[in-house]
Amino acid sequence: MTPETPRARDGRAPDVFTPGGFVPMAGFPEREPVDFAIVGAGAGGATLAAKLAEAGFSVVVFDAGPFWRPLDEFASDELEQQKLYWTDPRITGGDDPIALGGNNSGRGVGGSTIHFSMISLRFRPEWFKARSRLGYAVDWPISYEEIRPYYAEAEQALKVAGPVRYPWGPLRGPYPYRPHEVNAPGLVLGRGAEKLGVKWCATPLATVSAPRGKSPPCVYRGFCNFGCSTNAKQSALVVWIPRALKAGAEVRDMAMVTRIEIDRDGLASGVHYVREGESRFQRARNVVVAGYAIETPRLLLNSACPQFPDGLANASGLVGTHLMTHASPGVWATFEEEIRWYKGPPNMAVCEHWNYADEGKDFAGGYAFMSQGPLPMAWAQTVATSRGLWGPALRQQMLRYNHTAGFAPVAETEPRPQNRVELAEETDAYGLKIPKVVFGYSGNDRALQRHSLRFMSEMLEAAGGRDLWTSTDTSHLLGTCRMGDDPRTSVVNADGRTWDIANLWICDGSLFPTSGGVNPSLTIQALACRIGERIKTLARRGELACAP
Amino acid sequence: MARGYPGYDVLAKWRTPSFDEKTREVVRRRIAQPPARRFFTGPEQRLVEAIVARLIPQPDRAEPIPLAAMLDAFMADGRGQGYRNEAMPPLEQALRVGLAAIEAEARTRFGRSFAEAAAEDQDAVLRAAQSGEVDRAAWRGMDPATFFREALLKITAGLYYAHPAAWSEIGFGGPASPRGYVRLGLDESDPWEAREAAP
Repeated sequence: MTPETPRARDGRAPDVFTPGGFVPMAGFPEREPVDFAIVGAGAGGATLAAKLAEAGFSVVVFDAGPFWRPLDEFASDELEQQKLYWTDPRITGGDDPIALGGNNSGRGVGGSTIHFSMISLRFRPEWFKARSRLGYAVDWPISYEEIRPYYAEAEQALKVAGPVRYPWGPLRGPYPYRPHEVNAPGLVLGRGAEKLGVKWCATPLATVSAPRGKSPPCVYRGFCNFGCSTNAKQSALVVWIPRALKAGAEVRDMAMVTRIEIDRDGLASGVHYVREGESRFQRARNVVVAGYAIETPRLLLNSACPQFPDGLANASGLVGTHLMTHASPGVWATFEEEIRWYKGPPNMAVCEHWNYADEGKDFAGGYAFMSQGPLPMAWAQTVATSRGLWGPALRQQMLRYNHTAGFAPVAETEPRPQNRVELAEETDAYGLKIPKVVFGYSGNDRALQRHSLRFMSEMLEAAGGRDLWTSTDTSHLLGTCRMGDDPRTSVVNADGRTWDIANLWICDGSLFPTSGGVNPSLTIQALACRIGERIKTLARRGELACAP
Repeated sequence: MARGYPGYDVLAKWRTPSFDEKTREVVRRRIAQPPARRFFTGPEQRLVEAIVARLIPQPDRAEPIPLAAMLDAFMADGRGQGYRNEAMPPLEQALRVGLAAIEAEARTRFGRSFAEAAAEDQDAVLRAAQSGEVDRAAWRGMDPATFFREALLKITAGLYYAHPAAWSEIGFGGPASPRGYVRLGLDESDPWEAREAAP
């Protein structure tokens, strides 16, 4: 059950490492402006909060959801743990409506890193210059060389467990922790890859393979997508939030930010929020929006005011546009051997071949794919909805649970203006217009997915699978406040600073100009580390609009 | 393959390091006597009982998993997924409209209520809803196939496999904290995992 009152208050916040424990927390008055008010405590917001607090700024981070105590509150149970998802009303539509909720959202301090798969991959370097180097989509305003040190910083902060020599891309040295032993579904991927002559490896994962501070090594319980009950997972709640608190940041949980206030000079002056049913206002010199690719544009649009009637930071008209997801069509097969894919992190082996090979493709972009490990409830829903099975046929198919293995890709989609987040007329419990998500695949997106299904099927059969079948799904949400070099074609610059309002920043997956063929969390955290450094530099040079 | 796991009971691990206190609390609630009806009306409840008995038949169980009651609790607690397809009304409303439309389809086809129809007639109505080949008037603009797949079947299948008896049925390890697992490889299992029946 979800806690009913905030826990981070009165000078203390939950200690995630001690059952029922607390750690001291700073408290800032609402009437005095803090240097930074950050909206959202996930991969973007929590990381930036730690970086800015460690740099000496005063920081308050808001999150609409609770400050969980994983040791006390995370059950080994799929249904109970649905409490981790953002389930406020939303509408999904377009030609290919994206499933929201558990697929791509989190509600609570730590955001969706509470239930993410921990896959921690870097972008292929060329993707940062996709237009000029690979001839599709758009360039990012930063290069791989610029973000590389921050990838290393994020990997160290998370103590990512991975191979000594990652088989694709530029040399990056060994991962901080040794790789995890690969489970049976991952070994199936490895066997298939070797038959087909492509490389594979243990997935770099943000769950520790050896003790780390108060985090014990992963025990392979397999409920990673439903919250880690041991704190082996290096989520933002376990990694960045304790750092932020120690450095003097304040976290306000169960605090829904409803509007950003704009002053007479056209600058952000603070955030309106609701906590315990009361409307409150926190003054701030800078506001950072880190609510992920739906709530971030929604807050900017819902904050429309006389100076900015089309929403904040929206002179380009691009806020909410160029929404991307990752397609994840699955291919599944039955094996003679026992797989028992409920054990271990769900995606222990990866193949990035088609992210790095450019020959023989009838599409632009790439995809990684991983071995899978769904738990019974989610798996039954995949079987039932993808194959239309019910009655005895469903129970019969489910009896194969322990003999099933399969792959699913993280398949790039193109940034297109018509895929977008907009406001519906309907309002929610706060009286705010709810978001409507409109999405459809392009011809290129479909060609890429067909390729992935062909290749994964071939590999699964080579590994000994039979009775193959496929399913459709998506994961992650990106774009909607893209970064760029030109105010006419982007919402923010390379520092996450909005072009229109000099003290309004964005720091989450909304920034991505392209989606790449890997899970985004490591790149979001690397970007947040970089934005933190940039803000420090700008402050030193006196280039912040509202200097601390 | 698909030989089943006779004698395996996830709940036999209740007092082992596979069950922590939080999980015991959650599972205890799930297997307790189902709470009194809160969401469905009496007639709706009888209809739901009949529908879920076809979606997930349990002739093999002396004590069937109380799916209709679980669905009622799920809806009453507002545990839905939050978002909705633009072609669908909010879940609560969708379920009421969909159930009424299934009932209407049964009456049109067989002149009797769904709950009183023969099993094969009930299946025919459900198949018609699944494929969208029903009288649309009763569906009030909602797409029957989307309703069947994304609401009725998805939630029912999920709830069945959220019950410990279903975990035991398919040989799922079940709750696993703090102990987790040690043997992860192909054809490997720990002593606290299910044994498959011999071929």
